[in-house]
Amino acid sequence: MPVITMREALNQAMREEMHRDENIFLMGEEVASYQGAYKVSKGLLDEFGDKRVIDSPITELGFAGLGVGAAMVGLRPIIEFMTFNFSILATDQIVNSAAKMLYMSGGQFKIPIVFRGPGGSAYQVSSQHSQAIESWFAHFPGLKVVMPSTPADAKGLLKSAIRDDDPVIFIEQERMYGNKGEVSDDPEFMIPLGVAEVKREGTDATIVARSLMVPIALKAAEELEKQGVSVEVIDPRTIRPFDTETIIRSVMKTNRVVIAEESHPFCGVGAEISAQIMERAFDYLDAPVKRVSGVDAPMPYAKNLEKLAIPDLPRLVAAVREVSYLD
Amino acid sequence: MSELKVTPMKPRMQAEEASGAGVSIQAKVEAAAATAAINPEELRREHAQRQQEQQERIEELDRDTLHRLLYQMVLIRRFEEKAAEAYTLGKIGGFCHLYIGQEAVAVGALGALRPDDYVLTSYRDHGHSLAKGTSPDEVMAELYGKAGGCSAGKGGSMHLFDAGVNFLGGHAIVGGQIPLATGVAFAAKYRGTDQVTLVFFGEAAVNQGAFHESLNMAQLWKLPCIFICENNQYGMGTSLERAMSLQDVSQKAPAYNMAGEFVDGMDVLDVYQATKRAVERARTESLPTLLEIRTYRFMGHSMSDPGNYRTRAEIEKHQERDPIVVFRTNLKEKGTLDDAAMNDIEQRVREAVERALQFAESSPEPAPEELFTHIYANPPRQDA
Repeated sequence: MPVITMREALNQAMREEMHRDENIFLMGEEVASYQGAYKVSKGLLDEFGDKRVIDSPITELGFAGLGVGAAMVGLRPIIEFMTFNFSILATDQIVNSAAKMLYMSGGQFKIPIVFRGPGGSAYQVSSQHSQAIESWFAHFPGLKVVMPSTPADAKGLLKSAIRDDDPVIFIEQERMYGNKGEVSDDPEFMIPLGVAEVKREGTDATIVARSLMVPIALKAAEELEKQGVSVEVIDPRTIRPFDTETIIRSVMKTNRVVIAEESHPFCGVGAEISAQIMERAFDYLDAPVKRVSGVDAPMPYAKNLEKLAIPDLPRLVAAVREVSYLD
Repeated sequence: MSELKVTPMKPRMQAEEASGAGVSIQAKVEAAAATAAINPEELRREHAQRQQEQQERIEELDRDTLHRLLYQMVLIRRFEEKAAEAYTLGKIGGFCHLYIGQEAVAVGALGALRPDDYVLTSYRDHGHSLAKGTSPDEVMAELYGKAGGCSAGKGGSMHLFDAGVNFLGGHAIVGGQIPLATGVAFAAKYRGTDQVTLVFFGEAAVNQGAFHESLNMAQLWKLPCIFICENNQYGMGTSLERAMSLQDVSQKAPAYNMAGEFVDGMDVLDVYQATKRAVERARTESLPTLLEIRTYRFMGHSMSDPGNYRTRAEIEKHQERDPIVVFRTNLKEKGTLDDAAMNDIEQRVREAVERALQFAESSPEPAPEELFTHIYANPPRQDA
């Protein structure tokens, strides 16, 4: 299989789907002439023209709402946020319009739309441009939330998201666009939403990691193997719907869980996963569930402080050792 | 002072000279206040002139169209009166925003549409839904929270939807429907249909970013969307004067290089004709329009509003130009409506509203399992 970057995988997903269905259009800031602020939409303007690849003004609430309206009458918009930090301006349309339209219309208006773009921590851009806000969106019934960690997942999940009839929040990690991996070039290659993947099998402890934390968790597992601890790494891939079963099965096997996430801990996705494990597999736990989250502070600019704010390999290794009562 | 509060039918011109350098804010405020003051005698003359104008418009339309417009206005009025009664009896819950006084706006504007055109509006949506063709039975059942409601009892008064007649809601965040409508118009243009989208909102929504963002995109991309500001002069209890720096809403159109027009919302035919012009522009040239339709709500903001922020005299002044009474009187004076025809309209409306109430009463409540339906169009796997 070809080895490509996450950026290229996302580009392929959009290109293939836009060829398949002419109701799909891409709209966002700098997606067309500039070829994408992160080059994810590179070449799409030339291929599909300015009817389907549309540069928007900097008007997030406006074009997010425009997308929802277009979806009400049968188009399948892909709305790109230059970063998810700017989606905050559009939350009214995402939460109050997209998420609830099908329900409050008694099933009459489905909203097949993808809101995508980079999220999570970036490099030294301080508090407003470097944050993980998936828990906001995951809170609401009606939305689906996807966070891929590999180029293959990125492509397969984005294709599924585009074909899905519900609004999907698709958060790409800003630091991971250059990561490479094998990706199928089969136009029907899809990964279903709501299905977790065991990224590495193990027997002694489970790390539940998403997005940027997955490669770090895999490194931690390698490190811990040398120390005699067999770690299973599970990537939920989709935050909503959430594949609790795969995690519960793992907990029943390993009896110890560490949850790794970039986001703040308070009311985060990790807190939800922890609660679900407690509710459904309490008797299988040999230690309290441990969260390794981004710190409970806005993201600082200074390089040394930024490094402290995001979970890293040593902290993850230490957390697994802690739940394994090794120290 | 109550006399002076009456809003003139013509928009005040902004004091252009007041925007010049060296003019204090205080001077601008005083200049605006001076232009706001109008003489009751002048107002009466204006009413008479408006009456004359409507009579001229009557001559341009056929009898069936005129009677249909009157029927729809009376239907909305009686429907809303019954909804108010049902609300006080506890049959209708939550918020209930009535349309009484504003009927000419929805009826006139929607009368200018083709059935396949799209309509979106705010939470004050009963009138628009009825005028678009949703069955009164289903609207009333929705207010009652019944399974037979047009939104299956899940939306309520503020979220009426009817895909069958391209009525796209019923949206309850002030201004939230404006970007949605822009998207619906975008889709029509994308597909190459000549369908037009109408979106209604109150003047308070004009202060929201969503309004400005939408107008900018609609003109930039030449979308067939008609933005209708129903200026009823109060955002809940806050008057236009206390909330908007430039109060001539139609004057906001030039800021986006868009066509704009000021319309008398108490004259159903002025609304009808202005919307026709905008529809023509949208359908043939794919261009948007901003219409400011000046109207007045005779009731409170919602059923729970005692309305202490305006005087009885002010309300009565506007009731003198009750859009239904004015239209009915003018039709009679022009010989287009006799007592028998009017009685027939009233009788048909009474029956329709009575039927709607009976339907709502007898419709079952939504089944408990409906709590969890329609959350996702593609629900998550149940075996996960």
